[in-house]
Amino acid sequence: MPALLEAKGLHAAYGETKVLHGIDFTVEEGGVTALLGANGAGKTTTLRAICGMTRTQGSLTFAGQSILGRSTEDIVRLGVAHVPDGRGTFMELTVEENMRLGAYVRKDKAAVEADFERMFGYFPRLKERFRQQAGTLSGGEQQMLAISRALLLRPRLLLLDEPSFGLAPLIVKEIFGIMRRIRDEEKVSILLVEQNASLALAFAEDAYLLETGRIVVSGKAHEISKDESIRRSYLGY
Amino acid sequence: MEGLIHQIISGIATGGIYASVALALVMIYQATHHINFAQGEMATFSTYITLLFINMGMPYWVAFFAAVAVSFAAGVAIERILIRPMANAPVLSAVGVFVGLLLIVNSLSGWFFDFTIKQFPTPFPDKPLFGGFISGHQLGSTGVTVAVLVAVYLFFRHTSLGLAMRAAALNPVSSRLVGVRVGWMLALGWGLAAAIGSVAGCMVAPIVFLDPNMMAGILLYAFAGALLGGIDSPLGAVLGGFAVGIIENLGGAYLVGTELKLTLALVIIVTVLTIKPSGLLGRTVLSRV
Ligand SMILES: Nc1ncnc2c1ncn2[C@@H]1O[C@H](COP(=O)(O)OP(=O)(O)O)[C@@H](O)[C@H]1O
Ligand SMILES: [Mg+2]
Repeated sequence: MPALLEAKGLHAAYGETKVLHGIDFTVEEGGVTALLGANGAGKTTTLRAICGMTRTQGSLTFAGQSILGRSTEDIVRLGVAHVPDGRGTFMELTVEENMRLGAYVRKDKAAVEADFERMFGYFPRLKERFRQQAGTLSGGEQQMLAISRALLLRPRLLLLDEPSFGLAPLIVKEIFGIMRRIRDEEKVSILLVEQNASLALAFAEDAYLLETGRIVVSGKAHEISKDESIRRSYLGY
Repeated sequence: MEGLIHQIISGIATGGIYASVALALVMIYQATHHINFAQGEMATFSTYITLLFINMGMPYWVAFFAAVAVSFAAGVAIERILIRPMANAPVLSAVGVFVGLLLIVNSLSGWFFDFTIKQFPTPFPDKPLFGGFISGHQLGSTGVTVAVLVAVYLFFRHTSLGLAMRAAALNPVSSRLVGVRVGWMLALGWGLAAAIGSVAGCMVAPIVFLDPNMMAGILLYAFAGALLGGIDSPLGAVLGGFAVGIIENLGGAYLVGTELKLTLALVIIVTVLTIKPSGLLGRTVLSRV
């Protein structure tokens, strides 16, 4: 079966600043792929490149069609949901409105209501805060909201940019616990970006390691996590 | 006492016009962070188009809605053609484009429809009602402006498109990531603002008469109202517009006389900017990091 997402020789740049120098990677249908690397390696840029948010070159195929150079709105409508760096909360809007926006492009409004209930099943706290202004949520709650907003698209591919960032260990544990349920219960493939390598490798099947815009290691997550030398030289644990 | 009530009622009637124009200003401000100085001239042009349709033989309300539709389309086109290319331009060049738009639309009005002052019809019975407290046109135009304001409120609060337009103005990056076509939302906002301006122009023209500079003073009052309520708060702008209408009428009758009424708008603008620049209902975002 061909991969759901396939990048070949992918370059990305902000204006004159080149950040990705021709990287290859795939995300398998139904799988979880982790993208690891130090701060500034280009992980966020990779996710932005997939969504058409940066200048890109090379080849980028999603579900059999090229998405290189297409607008972010079009790529999202193909079923790519992005939980962005910084969570992307609509601070001035309510939790409910944030969630409704997640389902904005969908036409099956009755199913959306059912999906709201499913999200409350994963994240009961969103139900308690449903009418509240989203800017008043804690960081962990905003992360839960961002994941719900993304899932409400009913995406085929979920891009997660450092869902653990800035959160207390207990909250990280809670969120990754729920993400395991999401991985098993939703029909969605995941590309997970993390600085916390041990966390990500325990969650993913495949992994890539990015260093200053180039992929330096790729393979099965459990093998990478067992490889002493990779761990020492790249992952720092 | 009767005089006072009369002034307040007149204030509410003109306040409805200011509130509509203030709302149009705020809608554009929220999306672009610029004041559309041409809002008044666009409304005047729409009023001329209504008059043109009426003179072509259309019944009043047909001409009214046709002009609203034309104005909406023109607003969308202006955003696409003029405003969008300068989305990332520095503030001063943006101001230049808005002022240029003002001058162009103003000259177009004069050129197409000449500069003489024209009478503009009211669709409402032009006789005093309720023992002279309010004229038929005042009551009717207040009804129309309030209906517009309520419709706009319901659209933004309770429709998915309205929510997407608000989201696009507040957070364009996140909006794109949920599939909102941000560029089109901004254009729709311009269309809506132009359509609201068209209504306001038709409601005020029977009172002030129609000439290319008809909306100049009204834009100033509307701007004062928008600032008073909070330039980034639609509800604030609407309440501010009504408040300015009442202040203007009371001030004109009891304080400064009708000749100096317009200075009240400037006084309000300067006072708000010095004491509370965010306005009475200006946005204070609650946010935890
Ligand atoms: N908007 C931007 N404009 C210019 N350079 C950027 C921008 N965002 C990130 N960069 C640069 O791109 C490189 C990779 O950044 P990023 O993709 O955010 O890394 P990571 O997510 O792995 O920490 C860094 O050197 C960063 O300074
Ligand atoms: Mg990053």
